[in-house]
Amino acid sequence: MQIRPILAALRHHKAGTLLIALQIALTLAIVCNALFIIHERLTRLSQPSGIDEPNLLVIHNGWAGKPQEGEIASLMASDLDTLRKIPGVADVYATNTYPLNNVGIAYGIGHSPDKLKPVTTTAIYLADENALPTLGLKLIAGRNFRPDEIGQIGLHGDTDPSAIIVTSALAKLLFPDGSAVGKVAYISAKPSTIVGVVERMRTPWVDSSLAKWADCSTLIPYRPLTSASQYVVRVQPGQLENVTRHVRAMLYAANRMRVISPKDGVQTFADIRAIAYNSDRGMAILMSAISTILLIITGAGIVGLTSFWVGQRRKQIGVRRALGATRHDILSYFLTENLLIGVGGVVMGGVLAIALNMWLMKQFEMDKLAPGYVLAGVVTLLLLGQGAVLAPALRASNVPPVEATRSV
Amino acid sequence: MSMLAYYFGLGWRSLRRNPVLTALMVMAIAFGVAASMITWSVFRVVSGNPIPWKSSQLYNVQIDNRGPQYDNAGHEPPEALNYTDAMALLQAHKAPHQTLLYDVALSVMPEGAHDLPINALGYATNADFFTMFDVPFEYGAPWATSDDDAHAAVAIISDDLNQKLFGGANSVGRNVTLDMRTYRIVGVTAHWDPKPRYYDVFNGMTFADRPPQLYVGFNRAIDLHIATSGRNNCGGAPFHADSPEQWLHRECAWIPFWVELPNEAMKKSYESFITAYSAEQQRAGRFQWAPNVRLRNVTEWLDFEKVVPPESRISLFVSVGFFVICLVNTIGLLLAKFMRRSAEIGVRRALGATRREVYAQFLIEAGAVGLVGGVLGLVITIIGMQGVGLLFDQDIAQLAHVDLSLLLTTLTVSILATVVASFYPTWRAAQVQPAWQLKSN
Repeated sequence: MQIRPILAALRHHKAGTLLIALQIALTLAIVCNALFIIHERLTRLSQPSGIDEPNLLVIHNGWAGKPQEGEIASLMASDLDTLRKIPGVADVYATNTYPLNNVGIAYGIGHSPDKLKPVTTTAIYLADENALPTLGLKLIAGRNFRPDEIGQIGLHGDTDPSAIIVTSALAKLLFPDGSAVGKVAYISAKPSTIVGVVERMRTPWVDSSLAKWADCSTLIPYRPLTSASQYVVRVQPGQLENVTRHVRAMLYAANRMRVISPKDGVQTFADIRAIAYNSDRGMAILMSAISTILLIITGAGIVGLTSFWVGQRRKQIGVRRALGATRHDILSYFLTENLLIGVGGVVMGGVLAIALNMWLMKQFEMDKLAPGYVLAGVVTLLLLGQGAVLAPALRASNVPPVEATRSV
Repeated sequence: MSMLAYYFGLGWRSLRRNPVLTALMVMAIAFGVAASMITWSVFRVVSGNPIPWKSSQLYNVQIDNRGPQYDNAGHEPPEALNYTDAMALLQAHKAPHQTLLYDVALSVMPEGAHDLPINALGYATNADFFTMFDVPFEYGAPWATSDDDAHAAVAIISDDLNQKLFGGANSVGRNVTLDMRTYRIVGVTAHWDPKPRYYDVFNGMTFADRPPQLYVGFNRAIDLHIATSGRNNCGGAPFHADSPEQWLHRECAWIPFWVELPNEAMKKSYESFITAYSAEQQRAGRFQWAPNVRLRNVTEWLDFEKVVPPESRISLFVSVGFFVICLVNTIGLLLAKFMRRSAEIGVRRALGATRREVYAQFLIEAGAVGLVGGVLGLVITIIGMQGVGLLFDQDIAQLAHVDLSLLLTTLTVSILATVVASFYPTWRAAQVQPAWQLKSN
């Protein structure tokens, strides 16, 4: 196939050629960045929280009136008792927060009581001896909290536990050279001994700006004596729906002086996860929709313009056919023409894609675009171009040689 | 006028001649404009100025009470004040109006014995809050400054809470029970929910899904040890407190503080006042660092706090990029369409039509494509708006709504954009030489 005559012909409709190339370039720039955003968001969406989400639900309980801390302790004890007796409930504990909740406490944790030199920041989860079995956390070293270790903490109380349980990621950061169990770390002025290490538990936050320490969680042995707290309930397999439906009414039956929102006072982790990652999922959906429509429109645009060119050149095609060109020659002429425009477009588009990514990186703390995405985009657009041009090109190849003798 | 009708007729016939090409252009414009409008509808709310008539006179105050060792990036002081500093500034009265606030969540006891208690969110604040932020009232008025000084048990409730508790009747002078304490209602606000909630970005209430439901006196709330239900950022400050009083005076940040400074001169003098205050704290030994203070007005504060979610920016940006590609597509297709009619143009020119008339004809034809695309775009926008909840967090998604200005913008943008896109194809069409077209073919 000779390229030279094609280039000569393209020179005659510069505007159309440029427009197609430009459209391919812009589409490539947007589509590969969109694909990249989709991938980034889906990766975040699929990050495991480390807890046994399918069998867990959370109750957000607030005490009405202003019970004293001593009163709250007995109210809470009786609530936990009530919950335990509900058929289908396997285990329960009270806490300040849980993974994906986006609310919580963060402290510095380090090797000295000096708050200024922490090794890292860690999320603080209040827990009792039932927390590990309720959440389904896997203990990989050491032991669980003992019932006699569990303290109580009010709004202004001290969190200076003598025993803590940390995640393996945090243990590794604190003690890279060996087991953390039995060693001392500081989250307050007093030393805390690490009694156990769990495999994995994410911090409550899903925000990517906190991703650096997203696996660094610490469980401390306290029950919350605040007027609002969360009960995390583990159900027996298959009982989630049943328990979720009845648990609110049962707590109200035990004590009316409380607030559990009818809207979101009881949530399964499916709900919690959906809320936590709503905007990530939304971005993935939006970017997929835009990429798809964009590819369709670009494809359709190529079909439209090529059809016009074929219509315009029927006579010339007839002349070529009359001079001995085969149908195949005509077909490959248009395919090659499109390929040339496409290559021009994707070269321009590749540069644009990287420029766009650099701008996005600066503006939105995005990662660097992996070259694979540009490559995938290039292949997609070239194939799209060839596919789009096929129908008009076939129509061109069907122009009979006799067309050369006809006038319009 | 009759020429206009004639051009419309020509345009209509031409558009019907290649229905596929026309449909393609219309769809491209419709999708492009709809994507841009849907993301714009969210962006315009999250990036909006919530109090445009006053935003340059309301200033958020920041004073560094922690020092460089707890440094945030850029030597920024904490985003709110602690109790000691807030009280000192309040008592200094250096600004014509000044307010302070913290989040409270109180349980409200309904009158009926069989009703369940409800949880109400609101603020502990002072009298100036209502005048500074222009809070509208349905009944009553803000409490007086003397009520603040007397630590009075006064409350203002929202129209929504008033509806729940009193069926919407004028409840001024009646009592309300909050966390087992009685407060006298002095006012009921009309619906008031500025977005973003600039005065309480600190507690993450920027796009809170419900307006505040109640307001109680700051001094009274402190007396009753009502704790903040919002953030309490102690940034590594010692945690231990033996009594609520001691806890109150810790170096934590939890009280947003605002002043109203009507002109630049007053701003300057207030800035030097808080600088001098910090210097005094340094001399007294409380601060071991040089004064580090900030005064930011509403728009500067919203910028600094980055209230516009990155998702909103990225999606708007990508959607506009999408629209631009759709327009490039339209330029190409219009070019093809117009040039295909070179013969027709030649005949019209030969029969005496001026270039100007050719321009008019094709611009009108493009405008018609834009109009149809815009109408279809409107439909897609309205449908798409139902899906905004899929794209953004719930509290942000519910801010986006279809209104007349959005509908008009959609139509205007699509028509204008299409007409602009048709400039080049139209110019090419007008260049057609009458003689050439008649001679050849």
